[in-house]
Amino acid sequence: MEISRHWRLKKQRYALIGEVCPHCEAKIFPPRDVCPECGDEAKTEFAFSGRGKVYSYTTVQNAPQGYADAAPYTVALVQLDEGPMVTAQLTDLGSQKVEIGMPVEMVTRRLRSEGDQERGMLVYSYKFRPAEFQRLAVAAD
Amino acid sequence: MDIIIAGIGQTPVGEHWELSLREIAFHAMQEAMREAGELKPQALYVSNVLAAQLSGQAHLGTLLADFAGLRGVEACTIEAGGASGGAALRAALQAIQAGHVDTALVVGVEKLTDKIGPAVENALATTLDADYEAVHGLTPTAQAALLMQRYFHEFSPPEYALGGFPLIAHAHGAGNPNAMFRKAIKESLYQRAGMVSAPLNMFDAAPDADGAAAVLLARADLLPPDLPKPPVRVVGSGAATDTLAVHDRPDPLAFRAARLSIERALHQAGITRQQVDFFEPFDAFSIYAALSLEAAGFADRGQGWQWAQEEKIGLRGELPMMTMGGLKARGNPWGATGVYQVVEAVLQLRGEAGENQIPNARVGMVQCLGGPASTAITHILARD
Ligand SMILES: [Zn+2]
Repeated sequence: MEISRHWRLKKQRYALIGEVCPHCEAKIFPPRDVCPECGDEAKTEFAFSGRGKVYSYTTVQNAPQGYADAAPYTVALVQLDEGPMVTAQLTDLGSQKVEIGMPVEMVTRRLRSEGDQERGMLVYSYKFRPAEFQRLAVAAD
Repeated sequence: MDIIIAGIGQTPVGEHWELSLREIAFHAMQEAMREAGELKPQALYVSNVLAAQLSGQAHLGTLLADFAGLRGVEACTIEAGGASGGAALRAALQAIQAGHVDTALVVGVEKLTDKIGPAVENALATTLDADYEAVHGLTPTAQAALLMQRYFHEFSPPEYALGGFPLIAHAHGAGNPNAMFRKAIKESLYQRAGMVSAPLNMFDAAPDADGAAAVLLARADLLPPDLPKPPVRVVGSGAATDTLAVHDRPDPLAFRAARLSIERALHQAGITRQQVDFFEPFDAFSIYAALSLEAAGFADRGQGWQWAQEEKIGLRGELPMMTMGGLKARGNPWGATGVYQVVEAVLQLRGEAGENQIPNARVGMVQCLGGPASTAITHILARD
């Protein structure tokens, strides 16, 4: 059951595929088939650019099962350039200090560790890392 | 039709390793039924969030009706995350209002200590959006921390601006025999507290714990003249939802459902918020207390933190809050929390709140939240 659930979500998780409303052009993520802006049906697929900015962030110390190996980790609300906001982990931070407003870009990474209750199945998904120019600036310091 | 609370019951909140879920629930139910004297419940509404996951037990309605000697009554579980207690109370009110039953018993019960650590975090995280929040390792605490971080960024309150909420809650908890923490804490302790999910520290989060609380409702016209306790009326009830995932909101710092549920409850009661004598908010996290005050209209946007002081919300303050310790000091037994809040408000309105009694309490407002006001349910209680 869990396997089919993660399989169903792979387009969203791997490629940030959402929807665009054919009536009002609102960009929708995650896909929800009813446009939250105008209430009409919206089923047209739309691939998000994966670029956005940090709206807020925090550090998780007490992690749920399957995430404990990665703790502490940083979780953020990321406002995508196209409008919608997503919850996602930040990664590849290195010495980069996280700040609200920081530009980030999507990468695909492993979310859950092996050997958890799902019999070792791996779940991959989007995470966000500092945008390229941001990383270069830190490296040059 | 007038509906009254004829009986209340509660167990001390804490870690009850020695008691099972059915035993702590029964303790609260029995107390409420004893207070109500001759009135027998015709329906049982159980509020619970985690029993299926942590105790391997679903079907609590029948379990608890059976265990409490109520075999035959109708019974079921109501779940709305952290707002389950308010939702169960509302279901009971609706059943009586509709004429299906004359009396109903509401019991909120949670048994968190059957499991420990990551398993509990896992269970709590099921109240988030599983596919788009929890899967990213988000927990309810981290979600509150995201809002707190953004709040400080947008409104720039002083660094320890929210500390007054837990400090006052702990001071009030000292006078509540059923509270998990019964000791006031110093401001310096708050300021030195370790981070749970920065900027949220260990005093910004209410402790999850075991507990059970119950109320028995009845049609006012059925009240026997010799009711042992002064009746408290439920004069308003309002419920509302927002997006489940906090990232789907145009403005995550506006607790829209909290505002809607209060407006609906006040409207039904036919009063304004200025007529409320005390407010039991859902202070699962300090930031929720601030955002709830703003949503209720007591504070302007970004100014809720200014209420975190004794003159405002202390027992002799402008609008006493968390009068028996709130979630922070009483503890947060999830499904039971909303019922505890009502029980505590009834104690205030009856004049039975002991050293925590606020003077001239006639109207109390009680609000419980599922998540960051993803669900919000508000009740207004009054004594004659
Ligand atoms: Zn639209």
